[in-house]
Amino acid sequence: MIRIEGVGKVFDVRGESFTALQDIDLEIRTGEFLAVVGPSGCGKSTLLDLLGGLSEPTSGRILLDGVPVTGPGLDRGVVFQQYALFPWRTAVANVEFGLEGKNLSKRERRERARHHLSLVGLSGFEDRYPHELSGGMRQRVAIARSLAFDPDVLLMDEPYAALDAQTRESLQDELLRIWERTGKTVVFITHGIEEAIYLGERVAVMTSRPGRIKHVVPVSLGRRTEGEVRAAPEFGRYRRELASLLRDEVERARIQELREVASVG
Amino acid sequence: MASLTETRADTTGIVADEPPGVRRRAPYRTLAPARRSIAIVVLLLVWELLPRLSFVDATFLPPFSDVAVAWYDLLRSGELAEHTQASLVRSLAGFGLAIVVAIPLGLVIGWYRPVAELLNPVLELFRNTAALALLPVFVLILGLGETSKISIILYACTWPILLNTINGVKTVDPLLIKSARSMGLGALRLFQKVILPASVPAIFTGIRLAGAYSILVLVAAEMVGAKAGLGYLINHSQFNFAVPDMYAGIVTISVLGLLFNQLLLRLEGRFSTWRL
Repeated sequence: MIRIEGVGKVFDVRGESFTALQDIDLEIRTGEFLAVVGPSGCGKSTLLDLLGGLSEPTSGRILLDGVPVTGPGLDRGVVFQQYALFPWRTAVANVEFGLEGKNLSKRERRERARHHLSLVGLSGFEDRYPHELSGGMRQRVAIARSLAFDPDVLLMDEPYAALDAQTRESLQDELLRIWERTGKTVVFITHGIEEAIYLGERVAVMTSRPGRIKHVVPVSLGRRTEGEVRAAPEFGRYRRELASLLRDEVERARIQELREVASVG
Repeated sequence: MASLTETRADTTGIVADEPPGVRRRAPYRTLAPARRSIAIVVLLLVWELLPRLSFVDATFLPPFSDVAVAWYDLLRSGELAEHTQASLVRSLAGFGLAIVVAIPLGLVIGWYRPVAELLNPVLELFRNTAALALLPVFVLILGLGETSKISIILYACTWPILLNTINGVKTVDPLLIKSARSMGLGALRLFQKVILPASVPAIFTGIRLAGAYSILVLVAAEMVGAKAGLGYLINHSQFNFAVPDMYAGIVTISVLGLLFNQLLLRLEGRFSTWRL
């Protein structure tokens, strides 16, 4: 279980302080799939960085199974929007990267990496370099890399934002399949409402800057990997609900941005 | 099985994405070496004909065939081998030492930002000082022997390697560092597994540039107080008015530089296959 308690994050940008997150309170059950949506620049990624231990909160704390997060670790795996694969390593060597920190023999590492590549449908692509793979395949490698070291929590930062619609949908289905099989806790950040409804058991909506949790919407769509969920009437209802929650925030974020542009120009 | 169809779509995508011109037409490929040598052949023809047709004084620019004969004589007498060897030893010693010194130094300077900030003004000053301008200083301090010659080559080769290494370390994609940190890598392993491999292409660019410098500076270094070497051969032949020998020396050194550069290019390609 992840507990986010009164978390705030303030950055110093050229002498000016800049509040990215404020008073975030959230509980994420073990094995839960939580989607987080919010307008651009609302601090979604900052929140994920805090969960990953890549930066520290200015106030409040984050507990992972009761233990405060003090830094990164292999109990959490992060998947980035831009894949972040090591271009000098082949697909299988990329997946092995996180395993090199564990006490495994070379052969075990290779085997586990191959297994996880096959889990994301990339058998036969083990020896390709990232630049020889399409965007969707690169993101699969990145997901396999995070799964391979068997973290309890998967932190995904708009992982499918750079992909085309077909690839995105098939990767969404695949992620649900993997999530159901492995029972990992997933925190999935996105700016797509439909993606959030389709994937999340709950969808947390964030406000524009400073980012706070505006509302958490529980989603029940039955077994999501079956049938045309996106066409169901409930799906439309959730979409309208979330859209209206987000509309004000997006508008406010836009005005904020315009004001900043004006003050700079 | 959504995954299967998507994988297949991806595969075809790659084939379609293949850069145009990968599969070149056969005649184009077989003619490529011929096309590349046209300019050289024309150059040699002009060199041959200009003195022969008395457009230029053959005393100062003997026809290429005369130079070739002189070159062959130097080769047969063993003189050429002796000079080439002397030159190569100096070049490679200076070049090798520069690699040993500059790569670790560059890694440290690039990695520790305070060190980089501290040293940057000095680095800027030195890299904008022509190595040859410092040759008299090297001779004054280290004498006329091998030490000063190797030192000046070492000096000239150090800068491109050092600056490219620093730049390589500094420009590693921050996302890769973030990604590695998220997997719990400490500073040392981060350096070893991310910074170092990511910097390899930049380091190799520096090494290739240094290779060219090692030959360029060599000639000048050998013009002062040397008893052997291609630079000495060129200078000495000019003094004794053995003009074809002088040109033979010049041709040898340019071919040597060319070969060295080709070798380093190959090596660079092998170590940077992953770079697009």
